[in-house]
Amino acid sequence: MQLQTMAAQKLSPAAPPADAAIAIDDVTLRFVTPDGHMMTAIRDFTMTVARGEFACVVGPTGCGKSTTLNLVTGLLRPTTGNVRVMGNPVTDISRDIGFVFQADALFPWRSVIDNVAAGPLYRGTPKAEAYDKARDWIARVGLARFEKHYPHQLSGGMRKRVALAQTFINQPKILLMDEPFSALDMQTRTAMQDELLGLWSEQKSSVVFVTHDLEEAVALADKVYVLTAGPGTVKSVYRIDLPRPRVMADIRYDPKFVEIAKVIWNDLREEVQLGQSRGLQTGH
Amino acid sequence: MTAISPAADRAATRETSIAIAEARARARLRRRHALVIGLRFAILIVFLGLWELGADYNIIDPFFFASPSGIWEQIWSWITEGTSQGPLWLQIYVTLEETFLGFVIGALGGIAAGIILGRNRLLADVFSIYIKIANSVPRVVLGSVFIIALGLGMASKVALAVVMVFFVVFANAFQGVREADRAMIANAQILGASPFQITRTVIIPSAMSWILASLHVSFGFALVGAVVGEFLGAKQGMGLLISTAQGAFNANGVFAAMIILAVMALVVEFIITRFENYVVKWRPAPFNEQGA
Repeated sequence: MQLQTMAAQKLSPAAPPADAAIAIDDVTLRFVTPDGHMMTAIRDFTMTVARGEFACVVGPTGCGKSTTLNLVTGLLRPTTGNVRVMGNPVTDISRDIGFVFQADALFPWRSVIDNVAAGPLYRGTPKAEAYDKARDWIARVGLARFEKHYPHQLSGGMRKRVALAQTFINQPKILLMDEPFSALDMQTRTAMQDELLGLWSEQKSSVVFVTHDLEEAVALADKVYVLTAGPGTVKSVYRIDLPRPRVMADIRYDPKFVEIAKVIWNDLREEVQLGQSRGLQTGH
Repeated sequence: MTAISPAADRAATRETSIAIAEARARARLRRRHALVIGLRFAILIVFLGLWELGADYNIIDPFFFASPSGIWEQIWSWITEGTSQGPLWLQIYVTLEETFLGFVIGALGGIAAGIILGRNRLLADVFSIYIKIANSVPRVVLGSVFIIALGLGMASKVALAVVMVFFVVFANAFQGVREADRAMIANAQILGASPFQITRTVIIPSAMSWILASLHVSFGFALVGAVVGEFLGAKQGMGLLISTAQGAFNANGVFAAMIILAVMALVVEFIITRFENYVVKWRPAPFNEQGA
């Protein structure tokens, strides 16, 4: 069977075009560990996300998936190569960026509305306007009744909704997500994936979504990057041509979806096995 | 597949039986609460009673170890006739004033220093050695230095209370700042916070529970600082009262002053706890039902 006939189309990596939302061009990142050793986190890494595109990054544990996100925020600087966001080299944290964390990064001492209003308030929006906007976004993620609640009074799924509202209120052109739903149970995760796709299709942001869950990646993405076991580099890139809008609860039973997931899994499997055997050797 | 629905007529009986069970559980909780309070009083009465009896029958020598009735008479005479240094209220007021001033100055200084050093790696690395050295000096000894330098007045006691409080609060504030959640700081940064906004809206609130914990302990230290300062040389205050009673071999006087100090500390502790509950109302209640 030819790859081109299927929905999963394998792409050949090429130098990023100038108008890409995110362009990571041949980046290597090394850092010195506290005990004085040189570690390579990622090497010869090239990745392009077009405007409005949804890209997922999958790979074995410890292959530098999260590192790629921190290169885009500017929290990490590449050792060699360069990173461009909306055509400009990354110098500082860009106002165009939104980030959803794996861990709970809400402020526990602030109520839901104060959490969601944080972004505009930090950026100097007048108080009344910031709170109007926050109320609107809380309603959009379906938490209108919980404005005055504190994070500890909410369930894990509700806290993630607050985190989404907190991020989307800044209307980021670039949305970075670091395994945001990995701590949720299956049903909640499916609901949150639908929520995310809904918000994304309205906002037209460019997304990099890091996950260890291949099915999640295939279900959400336009493009899936498979990384090698660390030090990570791009092993292959797949274009996912499943039609949108997608419904998360149904898509996993779609035969086309199953077929794509199988193809990519064959590619990913050996890296996962390699990563695990290395982990056992070094005791990580 | 068939869906199973519970029979409607059973629901009513189930509700009444739940109500009965709840009433029973509540009654059990009330009884237990009463038992705890009752036992606490019983222990106090037995303790004071044995002490009093022991003193009456000279098993415990009241000259050295006082007696509950003697202590009470002493407190009563201080209240009605005043102490040898003037009215009792004045002594309490003087000691409390020194304690509060020392507590507030020491705590604010400790919080400020903790946040500045906690946020600045270089300053922390440079100053940590000096703070360790300063902290290892037995601080009560500084009391003598302060009395020589600042005289018998209020300043020397406040200074001693300040150094007693400063290091405890500093250590906690510093630790609290260092333990602030990385993801939370990164989140604020990406949402658009400036370094100052991060300190104000992320670092300080997350260090707050550490700081508040240290305030509980350090108020006691401030009181110790003030009383020891008065002990070493003063014209007014509870410490001087104790020192005078000690000089006159008045065991009742020493115990009476001690009890008054304990009551003062408990009252302030209560106020700090109320303040703490107000400041960190966002925290989950540990034992009460949530969201009530």
